[in-house]
Amino acid sequence: MIIELGHFALILAFAVALAQTVIPLVGAHKGWRDWMVVANPMATVQFLLVAFSYAALTYSFLVSDFSVKLVVDNSHTLKPFIYKISGVWGNHEGSLLLWVLILALFGASAAWFGGNLPASLQARVLAVQSGITAAFMAFTIFTSNPFTRLAFPPFDGTDLNPLLQDPGLAFHPPFLYLGYVGLSMAFSFAVAALIEGRVDAAWGRWVRPWTLAAWVFLTIGIATGSWWAYYELGWGGFWFWDPVENASLMPWLFAAALLHSAIVVEKRETLKSWTILLAILGFGFSLMGTFIVRSGLLTSVHAFAMDPERGVFILMILAGFMGGALTLFAIRAPVLEAKGVFATVSRESALVVNNVLLAVSSFVIFIGTMWPLVAEMLFDRVLSVGPPFFNMAFTPFMVALAMVLPIGAMLPWKRGNLSRTMRPLWGLAAFSVAMGALTWALQTGNSPLVPVGLALGLWVVLGSMADVWARTGRGAIGNRVKRLGRLPRADWGKFTAHTGLGVSVFAVAALVGWESEDIRVVQIGESFEKGGYTLTLTSVDRVQGPNYVSTMGTLEAHRDGRLITTLQPEKRFYPIAGMPTTEAAIDYKIHRDLYITLGDPQDNGGWAVRTYIKPFANWLWFGCFLMAMGGIFSLSDRRYRIAAGAERTRPDAVPAE
Amino acid sequence: MFRLFLAALALALASPSWAVQPDEILDDPVLESRARDISAGLRCLVCRNESIDESNAELARDMRLLVRERLVEGDSNTEVMSFIVERYGEYVLLRPTTDGANIILWVAAPVLFLISILSAGLYLRRRENAPEPSKGGLSAEEEKRLKELLDD
Repeated sequence: MIIELGHFALILAFAVALAQTVIPLVGAHKGWRDWMVVANPMATVQFLLVAFSYAALTYSFLVSDFSVKLVVDNSHTLKPFIYKISGVWGNHEGSLLLWVLILALFGASAAWFGGNLPASLQARVLAVQSGITAAFMAFTIFTSNPFTRLAFPPFDGTDLNPLLQDPGLAFHPPFLYLGYVGLSMAFSFAVAALIEGRVDAAWGRWVRPWTLAAWVFLTIGIATGSWWAYYELGWGGFWFWDPVENASLMPWLFAAALLHSAIVVEKRETLKSWTILLAILGFGFSLMGTFIVRSGLLTSVHAFAMDPERGVFILMILAGFMGGALTLFAIRAPVLEAKGVFATVSRESALVVNNVLLAVSSFVIFIGTMWPLVAEMLFDRVLSVGPPFFNMAFTPFMVALAMVLPIGAMLPWKRGNLSRTMRPLWGLAAFSVAMGALTWALQTGNSPLVPVGLALGLWVVLGSMADVWARTGRGAIGNRVKRLGRLPRADWGKFTAHTGLGVSVFAVAALVGWESEDIRVVQIGESFEKGGYTLTLTSVDRVQGPNYVSTMGTLEAHRDGRLITTLQPEKRFYPIAGMPTTEAAIDYKIHRDLYITLGDPQDNGGWAVRTYIKPFANWLWFGCFLMAMGGIFSLSDRRYRIAAGAERTRPDAVPAE
Repeated sequence: MFRLFLAALALALASPSWAVQPDEILDDPVLESRARDISAGLRCLVCRNESIDESNAELARDMRLLVRERLVEGDSNTEVMSFIVERYGEYVLLRPTTDGANIILWVAAPVLFLISILSAGLYLRRRENAPEPSKGGLSAEEEKRLKELLDD
């Protein structure tokens, strides 16, 4: 019964969404106030209905209701509790419902926290957002109904894909969706502003928190996914340039570009049409990502829906929203005249360079991802575009970005003087290069990867420090230190996020450039040396897990006769799903990870053991964490709250147009 | 396409084994490191976006052994590559070639970058030479709102 109620609530929500798409738009056009404000309660109702529907589906997973097809296909009574919850979104239909839930949540948030927006703009934002939600609800209801019942329920389910039964991956999709869908808010704001024909500093300020939130969620989502790949797939790779990973990286880059260009709109009222275009394309790439994942058009590890009908449906959503928005953009963009005048050497220009680098690198990834498809369709060539291409094509953009960042971050608005801005930075640049050179001289091998990564990372981190220090103005050091604490949160956000980028750049270089590997057959009781450690395989045991059996090796790592750690790598087999997985054993330390996986038993009685030393691996996740924290600091900046409070006293809204 | 289908079938039947197994490793470390370099650039046919160096599939193991066999025979890296491509097709190359239409792919990054940096440059010059907007930059309507706010 609850399942039917959930299904019904979703259909009801669809009807509300359709009404919410039309009524406020008409209201805003005609200037009918009550038609506009009705969008607010509608957004709330829509969210509550979808939330109920989602809760109903979750309930059926929790009680293992095997009359529901989705539960049979993705669950099992023995599955641990947490994966019964995450199992809801570990499949196409359920994850689509989560996607709809988040769309509705963002729409409702715009109703709850958007009191400071002009009524017509808010009505239009809610209408556009609801239009997107309605499209995805239709997609769910008509092609991917999660509530389908079975006439003859089986006794038990077929279990969730064991690779997905992992804490890292359990919470990777919701964050990613929060990010993808968060960009729909930027899109809705952009389209609403285009209909309104007005983009000003206030618009920049309103759209920025949504973009920041989306970017923070995407950062967390990508980082958890990458971390999962690192420890789960068994050889410690963290990025594979898989189409699905690219699908998340492209919107991330666009969101990063957008949140920088929105600053220019907010502070200087220029780059308006470009910012609008970025907002549209950012969400476009989110939809493209969804399309790539769901259609299975570009096969990859993640494609759980290999269904052309679904692909066509998403393509229609994509074409409809992008086509509509871009047409609107072409008609309205000329109206958006820029106000601010600025010199070629200025913060504005630096942010334009930032945008060029981020947007172009994103497009390059796009071309590389789609090229196999294009080549097959147009040139009849079946080929692959893999990591070597992406590394070569993408890295230069990031190197350039890291080189320009500290300078651009310190250039003044409007008109700058390069030599004055560089004065405090020369020393830091020289120091960074010197440290890079020192690393090059000390390391074994000739690869320039780590020295360059170190120099760039250091340059970005030190540059960010110089920036935040410069913000304290002049005067005695004591006063300036005191002033540090009073800097706006946005300054700290900028510092933290940029530092995070620097740390990540260094970590990627160190991890790729300095990792070392050892593959060998080890007898039980035998010891071997790796990276200064003496590793002893003490035993290999069979262990019974809740829904798997495991072959677990136990290795002791000694250094200078002292026991450092005991590692237990596993090979698991999930009998219900019929799938093996590897569980690497990792000893996390600040300067390196000791990473061990267990292989097959050998004919002569030993076991294959692979040992890796992964230098500075933790720094990568820490860098991503810093970037996300930077976004959160920025989001908590006073000016977003003040603006919200001040506007509430406004007696009436600005009339439409 | 049929070959891919067969490959997928092989994947379904293949028992799980391991990326580079101890018994595959060549005694000569120089040859072995060349083999690793080559395998990192070759795609496993039955996997999704994995190189044969990372893949656990049986077919990837066969390909790794083949690479090593050719190296031991004295082939150069390029000879090994072209031998594998001849057998399995262009699809195995993770780094696409630069011949024919692929040139579009390879020049895309620099060309796109040049175009966008040029148009950005033109835009910046226009902004620099643009006339300063009227003092205050407020429309009559905004002036009225400002007055209302100040009167509050």
